[in-house]
Amino acid sequence: MEDQPSLRRCLAIQFRVLHALLMREVITRFGRENLGVLWLVGEPMLFTVGVATLWTASGMHHSSAMPIVAFAVTGYSSVLMWRNSASRCTAAVAQNKPLLYHRNVQVLDVLLTRTILEIGGATASFIVLSSFFIFIGWMPPPGDILEVFGGWLMLAWFGASLAVLIGAGTAFSEVVDRLWHPASYLLFPLSGAAFMVDWMPENLRWFVLLLPMVHGTEIIREGWFGAVVTAHYDLGYMASCCLVLTLAGLYVQRQARLHIEV
Amino acid sequence: MLSLEHVSKTYATRHGRHEVLRDVSFKLGRGEHLGILGRNGAGKSTLIRLISGAERPTAGIVRRGMSVSWPLAFGGAFQVNLTGLDNLKFVCRIYGVDYKPLIPFVEEFTELGKYFREPVLHYSQGMLTRLAFALSMAVEFDCFLIDEAMVVGDVRFHERCHLELFHKRKDRAFILVTHDANVIQLYCKNACVLHEGELIAFSTVKEAYDFYLATLGAQPLAAAE
Repeated sequence: MEDQPSLRRCLAIQFRVLHALLMREVITRFGRENLGVLWLVGEPMLFTVGVATLWTASGMHHSSAMPIVAFAVTGYSSVLMWRNSASRCTAAVAQNKPLLYHRNVQVLDVLLTRTILEIGGATASFIVLSSFFIFIGWMPPPGDILEVFGGWLMLAWFGASLAVLIGAGTAFSEVVDRLWHPASYLLFPLSGAAFMVDWMPENLRWFVLLLPMVHGTEIIREGWFGAVVTAHYDLGYMASCCLVLTLAGLYVQRQARLHIEV
Repeated sequence: MLSLEHVSKTYATRHGRHEVLRDVSFKLGRGEHLGILGRNGAGKSTLIRLISGAERPTAGIVRRGMSVSWPLAFGGAFQVNLTGLDNLKFVCRIYGVDYKPLIPFVEEFTELGKYFREPVLHYSQGMLTRLAFALSMAVEFDCFLIDEAMVVGDVRFHERCHLELFHKRKDRAFILVTHDANVIQLYCKNACVLHEGELIAFSTVKEAYDFYLATLGAQPLAAAE
């Protein structure tokens, strides 16, 4: 309700608020002790390596064309993109409520801060791990790096829009938080991380393909492994889902700002 | 110019809607000082939160034609893992101010010594209060919002706050919200009383204070907390 500033000024404010929140969040979350901010990358790396080890040990091997480590790294990194960002956002509003005393800090800023950090960490972890495994020969280099990047970008969009929606939803009701935890747990095995859609019986494929993140993971695997895998995805469907989630998230976070008592 | 136009605020409670402010309107020009009296629970802090933009009104409009501070000496946003210096950097980044030239002032005012670079976790209540006030003074605003919270602390701290705010920054506008009429008497020309959700303006501080005393007297002691 202030005199409406120019778009350029709004962007400048947006940028400096996000910068301030990011710096604050990094120190708050990781501190200055031991590895500090490196944990942002280290944490997802540990998870991915752990899962890769478990899957190797349990012989989750359907296709000899895809080395199991490569399969685990592409799959689990994809999960981190949407699951961690949404999970980190469930408590974001409650924990950062006092910051809303600074008028320029909006609910969206608080949620975007956590999302940016999670997606940034997962991306860095993916790059570091895959580079390492390519170097020691456990993983082939990506066949079509642009397609991998495209799939990754789609997953980032999905993760961010889901995180904003879930995070803003928790500002209204803790039920959202309570439902999200079992949902994320149940979605993991369905998310395409541990299987390719092609391995499914044909009459079940349509069902898993209802989940937008499955499409993203399929794109990444097609880009990485090329013709040795048969990917099933619909970019338009995934984009539509992301768009709906984005609009819903933006609407709910705006309503949340009107609703929140600081 | 800061203006509130027909501002109302209701909160949802388990027993239906609770109206805290009803149709509050006023204007404050640059450099003007307004005191608002009200007993506990009158909605003073709610009013400050609405003016600052921390919360949105249920109805009505808050127009800020000048830069308005956050509620002064508000320390709730301190993160325990951050040091005093981190908190200064954070506030400065939010408002687009360079923090480096401000370090000497904050260090001197807070008298934190080496604790300025220690996590806020280890601060005493007094240290927190001094830091919160110093940070509020670090960013220059056209209008300061002062909740009564700043009157905690010892006499010396009190005096230093008054010096920074009411003397060094007396050209700025401020809204002082309190149940202590003496402070308003000292620094404000105009005063209002917040009573049962309505803001009643008076032409002199004395009239406002008399009315305020009457509202106190009208209440049974227990209800007046």
